[in-house]
Amino acid sequence: MEPLYTGSYHVAKDDYTSAGHASADIKRQLKQIGVSGDVLRRVAVASYEVELNLVIHSLGGDLTLNVYPGLVELISSDIGPGIPDLKMAMKEGYSTASEMARSLGFGAGMGLPNMKRNADDFDIKSTVGVGTTITMGFHLA
Amino acid sequence: MLVSELIPLIEAKNLTPTLSEDREVTCGYVCDLLSWVMSHGDSGMAWVTVQTHMNVIAVAVLSEMACVILPESIDMEEESLAKAVSENMVVLRSPLTAFDICGRMAAKGIPAQN
Repeated sequence: MEPLYTGSYHVAKDDYTSAGHASADIKRQLKQIGVSGDVLRRVAVASYEVELNLVIHSLGGDLTLNVYPGLVELISSDIGPGIPDLKMAMKEGYSTASEMARSLGFGAGMGLPNMKRNADDFDIKSTVGVGTTITMGFHLA
Repeated sequence: MLVSELIPLIEAKNLTPTLSEDREVTCGYVCDLLSWVMSHGDSGMAWVTVQTHMNVIAVAVLSEMACVILPESIDMEEESLAKAVSENMVVLRSPLTAFDICGRMAAKGIPAQN
């Protein structure tokens, strides 16, 4: 099915200054479309988490927003390096964040679990040397 | 409690004086690990942190908090304050420690959670 609205954002590795721009725009667009309340807040939190993950952990990637009737979909797709141990990465408190990320107050190891908690549907696929794709769905009441 | 009532309670100064202080504080929190706050932040929250970079404002806005409070007279960078103003997020600076700030808020009945 063709989405009613689609938006795409490139997120660069280590770009802590612009981090949050994509998720801020996603929130703005959804607000304009008429998404509000709990769903809007959950999408905002999850999109910020995934955007920061691209900045902190990936070699760069793209964040795509698709809006369908009854569903908001967020897809994060990066160009690597891939996650060697997905089970560990999904564990609260486990982090491989750099000193730089930690000095800014990130790297609590809550990112992926927090995305999963906020999204209604959560799927992650990762191949070392290829990249990681995260797909999240949020149901509109 | 309104932000305007919180300011005298914690002897704070509003570093974003152009923004309205007429917003409700419904709960309080103290934490300096932003990625932790992202998973525990809530709307109406008064968040005490020693972090002052731009991402603090992004996290506070994301959770639709009432205000950010810097303890022990910590200053915030100009660019972070500019972002706070553009994102409509009040930033307060208090001479008290984070412990004292939370103690005074709790004594006035502000809970940890909504």
